[in-house]
Amino acid sequence: MTSTRNPAGIRLVDLTLTHGRRPAVHHVSGHFAPGSLTAVVGPNGAGKTTLLRALAGLHKPESGTIAQDGTARIALLPQLAALDRAFPIACLDVVMQGLWPRLGAFRAASTQDRARATQALAAVGLDGFEKRPVGSLSAGQTQRLLFARLLVQDADILLLDEPFNAVDARTSADLLRLVREWHGQGRTVVAVLHDLDLVAREFPETLLIARDAIAWGPTAQALTAGNRLKARMMAEAWSDEAEVCDRAA
Amino acid sequence: MHDLLIAPFVEFGFLRRALVGCLALSVSAPVLGVFLVLRRMSLTADVLAHGAMPGVALAFLLAGFSAPALWFGGLVAGLLVAVGAGALSRATGGREDATLAALYLLALGAGVAIISIGGGGGVDLAHILFGSVLGVDDPALLLMAGVATLTLAVLALGWRPLVLECFDPSFAAAVGARGGAWHLVFQALVVLNVISAFQALGTLMAVGLMMLPAIASRHWARQVSGMAYAAVGIAVLASVTGLLVSYHVDVPTGPAIVLIAGGIWAVSVLVGPVDGLAHRLLRRRHLAG
Repeated sequence: MTSTRNPAGIRLVDLTLTHGRRPAVHHVSGHFAPGSLTAVVGPNGAGKTTLLRALAGLHKPESGTIAQDGTARIALLPQLAALDRAFPIACLDVVMQGLWPRLGAFRAASTQDRARATQALAAVGLDGFEKRPVGSLSAGQTQRLLFARLLVQDADILLLDEPFNAVDARTSADLLRLVREWHGQGRTVVAVLHDLDLVAREFPETLLIARDAIAWGPTAQALTAGNRLKARMMAEAWSDEAEVCDRAA
Repeated sequence: MHDLLIAPFVEFGFLRRALVGCLALSVSAPVLGVFLVLRRMSLTADVLAHGAMPGVALAFLLAGFSAPALWFGGLVAGLLVAVGAGALSRATGGREDATLAALYLLALGAGVAIISIGGGGGVDLAHILFGSVLGVDDPALLLMAGVATLTLAVLALGWRPLVLECFDPSFAAAVGARGGAWHLVFQALVVLNVISAFQALGTLMAVGLMMLPAIASRHWARQVSGMAYAAVGIAVLASVTGLLVSYHVDVPTGPAIVLIAGGIWAVSVLVGPVDGLAHRLLRRRHLAG
């Protein structure tokens, strides 16, 4: 299931993302190095999901740039809540959706493609689930299913939005093993996470964000007590007297 | 038996036309209905049918009783409501259903006002809105068949993106599936199907043939494709039965077909294999694993 890797990173230059006129990500610069494994952490409302969506090309920057090295294939794992889990579709068909970048809307899937999807289901521990409707799966099983779709997608850059939320210990251990495998294969992985122990244990790089980037670098240096306090101080409430930002673009 | 089921169609040309028209509608409209149900847009078709009214009324006022003019007017007005609601809610961040409700109420008011300015419109306009089996002439039949063919072709091509856009819109956007564009095409098809049913069922009843089989199909299949087949089957059954009932009992076609479709829905809710009420009442013992 591994094609030749095309090591790819993403560079942010003075990136600002907004909802309306309110900044969600504010003047952030830095580099997700090719093959790096980075955790994005920060308080609720810190702009983590918005950043991931922008990296996936789903949110247009207000100012600044997002530049990929080369033409990498990007895959996004949205939060579980963004999915219509009552939709009447079988598990195998969901995994086959990962073939979209190769097949598009019209090309037919081959027997090989089908076999690949079945293998991916087995790799996430869902063998025998091919014909099960998605609606009958638990939250953890659904997350496994979406990881199978990511496996089939075979992307160079993987963006994971809270991949281990609402998932039991065994499932998150299994999924973490896949993330480690991807890292070992030279893929670039960026994951939004809340469990700081997990981040310290498993993720070499960390971006600590609270609209502004508080710290970005090796996890031990980014997650110092001082930095964490700074992130927690981020004013979650809007200020009605907020002035126009005059930081040079 | 022959007298009851076959003879009316052999004897009367207008019934044969209505049958062909309704069967054409039955293979396309319910499939659109399935997607409307899955997108939680079950009421949208109804809204679009009402939204088409000022266009029909205006066309009637300007061109008199000319079928192509009425279709065109209805199509333009329906598309404006459908596309306008989507675009407006995306631009202003409001809920699409709320914008749709606002536009359709506006359209309905405008429609009634235009009709009263035009002197009431008379019986012909009532036929357009509520349908008459006698109204299925050659152009109407061609339109119905053409719309059904177009709908099936587009659905076949767009099946994958439409399913993806319903199930996981952010994944669809991330892989560049153009879900939004397909959604627009889909809405245009809904309007076209409603308009094409003008003569046979009336705009308002046409929605019944689109939605009732789709809503009932949920009780017969666990996957989208199965639901689509079930919905078409139910619609065909409702069309044939409804036309016969309408002939024998002397009820207008539109309500007859919709009532039969509604009856099939009720039966599906009661005894359908997926989530039917009867299964709950049987209280069979649980499985071992």
